[in-house]
Amino acid sequence: MDAAADPLLAVRQCRQSYHKDSAADLLVLDNVELTLRAGEIVGLLGRSGSGKSTLLRIVAGLLAPSAGEVLWRGAPLAGPAAGIAMVFQNFALFPWLTVQGNVELGLEAQGIGRAERERRAEEAIDLIGLGGFESAYPKELSGGMRQRVGLARALVVHPDLLLLDEPFSALDVLTAETLRTDLIELWSENRLPVKAMLMVTHNIEEAVLMCDRILVFSANPGRIAHEIRIGFPHPRDRHATEFRALVDDIYALMTRRGPPAPVSAPALAQVLHPVSTNLLSGLMEALAGPPYAGQADLPMLAAVLQMEVDELLVLGEALHVLGFAELAEGDLKLTESGRRFADAGREARKTLFTNALLAHVPLAAEIRKALDAAPSRRVSAATFLEEMESHMSPDYAADTLRTAVSWGRFAELYSYDEEEEQFSLEQPD
Amino acid sequence: MAALSDPTQLPARRLPNLWDVVAIACVFAALAALGHVARGTLVPLDAAEALAVNLDPLHLPLYAARTTLRMLAALAASLLFTFTYATWAAKSPRAARLLIPLLDILQSVPILGFLSFTVVFFMSLFPGKVLGAELAAIFAVFTSQAWNMAFSLYQSLTTIPSELEEAANSFRLTAWQRFWRLEVPFAVPGLVWNTMLSMSGGWFFVVASEAVSVGDTTWKLPGIGSYVALALEKRDIAAVLWAILAMGLVILAYDQLLFRPLVAWSGKFRYETSIASAEAEDPWLLVLLRQTRVLRVAAEAFGRAVSRLGGLRLLPVRARARGGAGKDTLWLIVSLLVVIIGLGWTGRFLRPILSPGEIATCVELGLLTLARVLVVVALSCLLWVPIGVRVGLHPQWARRVQPAAQFMAAFPANLLFPLVVMLIVRFDLLADVWLTPLMLLGTQWYILFNVIAGAAALPADLKEVAENFGLRGWLWWRRLILPGILPYLITGTITASGAAWNASIVTEVASWGSTKLVAHGLGAYIAAASDAGDMRKLVLGIAVMSAFVVLFNRALWRPLYDYTARRATF
Repeated sequence: MDAAADPLLAVRQCRQSYHKDSAADLLVLDNVELTLRAGEIVGLLGRSGSGKSTLLRIVAGLLAPSAGEVLWRGAPLAGPAAGIAMVFQNFALFPWLTVQGNVELGLEAQGIGRAERERRAEEAIDLIGLGGFESAYPKELSGGMRQRVGLARALVVHPDLLLLDEPFSALDVLTAETLRTDLIELWSENRLPVKAMLMVTHNIEEAVLMCDRILVFSANPGRIAHEIRIGFPHPRDRHATEFRALVDDIYALMTRRGPPAPVSAPALAQVLHPVSTNLLSGLMEALAGPPYAGQADLPMLAAVLQMEVDELLVLGEALHVLGFAELAEGDLKLTESGRRFADAGREARKTLFTNALLAHVPLAAEIRKALDAAPSRRVSAATFLEEMESHMSPDYAADTLRTAVSWGRFAELYSYDEEEEQFSLEQPD
Repeated sequence: MAALSDPTQLPARRLPNLWDVVAIACVFAALAALGHVARGTLVPLDAAEALAVNLDPLHLPLYAARTTLRMLAALAASLLFTFTYATWAAKSPRAARLLIPLLDILQSVPILGFLSFTVVFFMSLFPGKVLGAELAAIFAVFTSQAWNMAFSLYQSLTTIPSELEEAANSFRLTAWQRFWRLEVPFAVPGLVWNTMLSMSGGWFFVVASEAVSVGDTTWKLPGIGSYVALALEKRDIAAVLWAILAMGLVILAYDQLLFRPLVAWSGKFRYETSIASAEAEDPWLLVLLRQTRVLRVAAEAFGRAVSRLGGLRLLPVRARARGGAGKDTLWLIVSLLVVIIGLGWTGRFLRPILSPGEIATCVELGLLTLARVLVVVALSCLLWVPIGVRVGLHPQWARRVQPAAQFMAAFPANLLFPLVVMLIVRFDLLADVWLTPLMLLGTQWYILFNVIAGAAALPADLKEVAENFGLRGWLWWRRLILPGILPYLITGTITASGAAWNASIVTEVASWGSTKLVAHGLGAYIAAASDAGDMRKLVLGIAVMSAFVVLFNRALWRPLYDYTARRATF
């Protein structure tokens, strides 16, 4: 593989904003630069909502960027291009087509004749280890086999660039590992009919295992915060010291806090991700107990709790927001109030949680304030939602509201009527 | 068993908005125009000799064949309409804003009221020819099917999973390929199910539309419907029974040769990621098709040809989606003009009879019919919910009873009317009360088979919980069964009440030989206006009935459906 001088793909000054009529546009991607050359696997690593999937769709030609340009082989990209194929997170197989039919789809779109289609499909099916399954329908296959179909469907068109959108995240751990290894083996042996791969993932180990280069995204708005080159030769050993060290470093990068938000930031601009209070309590208890005694290394904690790192990060972030723990440099450390929570009984926990909500979650405090002021003791959720939507996307606003509902219910700070979409103080506190 | 797909499953639109008004204006302006044309052409026409109907049962097979052919012609027309209209609405959000409310209103217009218009209209297109009457009958069946089918396709086209869309885009399928590889297959299960249900309903209309009289002129198209109409005139009970037998055989053939194989085949297109646990056995015809070599080879060749057609690279590759703005105001202005002109037109047409008194009469009669519809639906529920639940909870019973209920729903109840009418005449019963059960004959089955489906779909663990905690009697009904089957029950009652409104036009007036029974109601008003050839009263009657249906749908059924969809789904 020669790293040709001309890049395959160049993304310049790319911005993607979400248009909202009531307020200023919400920025999803800000000033993203990306150059991709033949022979490399590049990973886009970031938390959910950091815009990495959006960037992948822009590169795929499925989305037009709001500003900036995408150059594919030196020419501006105007839509899905013939040399770019994509593998989807949830496979996106057509259930009414057999494996063979699904794999032939892209060739058919190019108007390739039947004999040629069948020959090439056969080739891709054999390459990816699907031989014998040609006449099966997707619903008869396991998740791993389905994603193999997704891979074969993309490879059969001999794309120069293969895009992978969290391709292994819908699979169980073992299946995902097998598929990763198979793909990397084919790549190392030069048997894949592709020149470069661009992969979106939120799994740090996966990125370190597969990529030559990792671009770490920061969220809100999505930016490329770091670029990491990985020089290890394939196949890589997960347990090698350098490998572990690099994974730890990336954890530290991803949990490093940016500069504190300016004090003038609007109260309802805070984004919350729905996390169950059960999980939060459980995590605090685990942290407080042995062997952690209040502080734990995230990758290790993830391994022990059998959680995906991304899940754990969301949990840690929630604890951080509530002031129960501090998340920094890849470690999660209980604060004083976190320790108290872990030791407290049920009623005391509710009080502690109420205090945390009022102090650190402006939305919850606002809801309570509005309820106290309302003569009817009922307040419509719509007003808060509207206000939030001028600071974040509707999806995020809905998520944040859902979180505030569930946390507030746990704290018995207020109750919520889903039918009427109203907060109320009906339950005496 | 999938629930009926109907407008109530569209995003909730309760309050009539501008587009509803536009739709109403369009429909009634068109009606008024049709009526205007019809009035002008209502010259006495000799009933052609070709239209003579003979009561000899030996003619019945031929009549049955002609009735079936009309059904198939209507089906073809409905499919053509569905694929153009729904596709247009799905591809152009701007057009959809008008097209979808229009469908909704059209769906609420009692089709049988149309009949005399359309007969006269089509006869005037082909004066003195059988073709005109044939087209009118086919059109009547078309109007009973097309709206529902178009809704189903529109709904499917607008709910395609975004990942599949992206896959199709990223592999650069042309618009033609997208349509046949992605959009149509995705829509197949819903469309087939709705088509088959609509066709079941269609038998009623084909029977009703074969013998139509407007003013002094009567058209009788050779078919089972006109055979029964003649038998009624001649008071020939044996002929009525023969016709029922013949129709039963036709429906059986339709059920076995078309309905079941198609629905089973469409399962292949269902968008689900796992194999359904309890799949019904394949119908025998499908097994035959798959296992008989000649038939299989033929079917596969056909399939390949269709597939190759769908793979052609016609039409351009779709570029990235970009919202088009701008012409919206133009659309709005045009629509407003349509409203003003349409309402003005309808008003001018109706002015000679449009007095407050006449409208009040219509509304009063409408309330009477409304009461009948409600009583009929309530009675059906009382009767069939307990039975349907018992049946649905026993899978082996459900498997046997469900097809029977679907068969009965397809059987045109109007063939059974004479038997009841005979009894009413014999015992000299009060028409206002005893004509009402006629409505029940056709509508109850929708409730039965939806309740069976609902009870069968109740999760096993909930049933076990109920047993474990000793839920019994009324508590068992209130906490487990009724909430569990509610979405299905509502779907059933919506369909049943729609059918009941339509049926009122043929059930509030009945005759046996020279004896004529008339109940008071809007259906009878429409039937009388139709008989007398009074197009103005007819339009007014239909307009009032449509208003009742629309209001009722918006005020009662849709909120109920939304509520159950939020609360009582698993």
